[in-house]
Amino acid sequence: MTTNVIEVNNLEHKYNDLKAVDDISFTVKKGEIFSFLGPNGAGKSTVINVLTTLRKIQKGEAKVNGYNVAKESKEVRRSIGIVFQMMCIDYEMTVFENLEYHGKIYSMPKNERRNRINELIKLTELEAKRNTLAKDLSGGMKRRLELARGLMTKPAVLFLDEPTVGFDIQTRMRIWEYLRKIKREGTTIFLTTHYMEEADQLSDRISIIDHGKIIATGSVLDLKNQLGEDLIYLETSDNKAAAGVLKTLESVKGVNEDTKFLRVMLEGDVTHILPKIMDKVRQNGIEITTVNIKKPSMDDVFIHYTGHGLRGEELEEQHENIKIAEVLK
Amino acid sequence: MNFEFRAVYWREMVKFFRFKSTLFSSLIQPVMWLAFFGLAMSKSFDKLTSLLPNTPGIPNVDYLTYMGAGIIAMDVLFSSLFGGTSLLFDKKYSLLKETLASPIPRINIVMGIGLSSITKAFIQTGIIIIFGKLIGMNFFKGYDIIQTLVSVVGIFLLVGIFTLGFFFLSGSIAITVDQPEGMQSILTLLSMPLFFISNALYPVDSFPEVLKFLSIFNPLTLLSNGIRYFALGTNFSVMGGHYIYTTADITMYFMGLIFFALVMLSIVLWRFDKVDV
Ligand SMILES: Nc1ncnc2c1ncn2[C@@H]1O[C@H](COP(=O)(O)OP(=O)(O)O)[C@@H](O)[C@H]1O
Ligand SMILES: [Mg+2]
Repeated sequence: MTTNVIEVNNLEHKYNDLKAVDDISFTVKKGEIFSFLGPNGAGKSTVINVLTTLRKIQKGEAKVNGYNVAKESKEVRRSIGIVFQMMCIDYEMTVFENLEYHGKIYSMPKNERRNRINELIKLTELEAKRNTLAKDLSGGMKRRLELARGLMTKPAVLFLDEPTVGFDIQTRMRIWEYLRKIKREGTTIFLTTHYMEEADQLSDRISIIDHGKIIATGSVLDLKNQLGEDLIYLETSDNKAAAGVLKTLESVKGVNEDTKFLRVMLEGDVTHILPKIMDKVRQNGIEITTVNIKKPSMDDVFIHYTGHGLRGEELEEQHENIKIAEVLK
Repeated sequence: MNFEFRAVYWREMVKFFRFKSTLFSSLIQPVMWLAFFGLAMSKSFDKLTSLLPNTPGIPNVDYLTYMGAGIIAMDVLFSSLFGGTSLLFDKKYSLLKETLASPIPRINIVMGIGLSSITKAFIQTGIIIIFGKLIGMNFFKGYDIIQTLVSVVGIFLLVGIFTLGFFFLSGSIAITVDQPEGMQSILTLLSMPLFFISNALYPVDSFPEVLKFLSIFNPLTLLSNGIRYFALGTNFSVMGGHYIYTTADITMYFMGLIFFALVMLSIVLWRFDKVDV
């Protein structure tokens, strides 16, 4: 028996001349939460659309729950649940009716349908809202209803396209709780996100995706360990010159220049390396204004692999993420 | 074989009965047509045509009764033509996405909503026949109970096929255009010639030859004639004209409407196949 619920080999997808997905391969194991982390336009939704057979596969091979996406789309569709990036529940129907409709179009027998609805309403804690019109639910509740709907048919894998985009921190964290619960109940989850913290908090494994390519794949820990145990953040009178100097040091694995500071990756123990670094910089006539030692975060990982932070429009959300990090502590 | 169109039908009907305003307006619309248009028009037409000689020995039909058939046709035309509009909003607000992403063939969506259009059309037809009776519309005059029943079934069959045809047409437009305004103007453009080049409201005898010829192919004419065949009998005179409907005629009306519905079905399926999620 295969334990890979999703297998993708050399997938490529173009819109006219634009290569949105560029030769990617990955696998998702049974029972794990696997995330695609990448900025807007990276190609995440395109991959989801191909895997869920909503877009015809152009090049490469993909299997979901053992079924070939190109040839067995009906079986693939029967195997999966989807929560789309855009909210798409029927606002003029109640929580119960939305779920009932879903069960009906997936040909679930009445008894099974009703039992499952009861289970899921309980799981997503919507008991009190069972007969409330969807339009009268809060944003987070609507999302929970979508989660419940995605789980109606007990799918082998649940696809979530940016499940918490646009929500406030509390709502987002609440949704994460439900996702963990769903995972504990044995559902495999494939999710896309451009929130570092989301990928960090939820995923067993992450693929960092940028410009249609997978740049790195691994567990959160693996990815962070690539950056060494600790990072040093330096602010100096001349960051550019300092970076040049530091790159020559053997115990320095790499240096990223950010807008205000340098991010220094280390080969070895920070307590021994830091004094050497400070000496070296000062010897070159560069003044150090601040020093900071930090465990690598997903932001650092992302910048390390892609060579850039999240672009323009995401900056604001990064601030959100920092706030989330604070709340989590 | 898939029966999931029943789920789509169920959803449409739940919402139809939920919205009191649309429910009310769809119930009141046929009554308004009859009360305002029917009564007003028939009064003046009857006055104008009272001087025309009737064919002796042939049952004479008053204008309100003649027009009643056309009012059913008009009412059903408008509600089915605009019936596709909800699809446009479903598409716009991604409501279709869930169903389009499911394993069921897309024809289920079309048939489910089509069936709900038929249900609404039946309700409206029933209202016109009953309310019409109250204000002096003489359908089924001199029929016994069996004849009446057969006629009602005949009328509903015609109305059902006609509704499907126009719902498919309107669904094809809805799924193709992006803006409700665009849909609105296409529908208005379509309904004008349908409305005027037909014998729904008055006989076409005095039309110019070209229009008269075109009116033969108008589904609205086919439906109006078909309803008259069942409701007014096969031989009557109205406004000085003498009308005879034969079995061949009614067969042609049915065939014409079925043909129209099938063509529209293939168009709507083709359009649905093109929809990207
Ligand atoms: N239907 C489409 N037609 C043309 N280009 C598209 C379409 N969908 C997405 N794209 C382009 O493909 C790229 C990847 O988009 P997408 O997969 O939506 O990225 P993400 O979900 O990571 O934000 C983007 O440059 C986007 O503009
Ligand atoms: Mg996306």
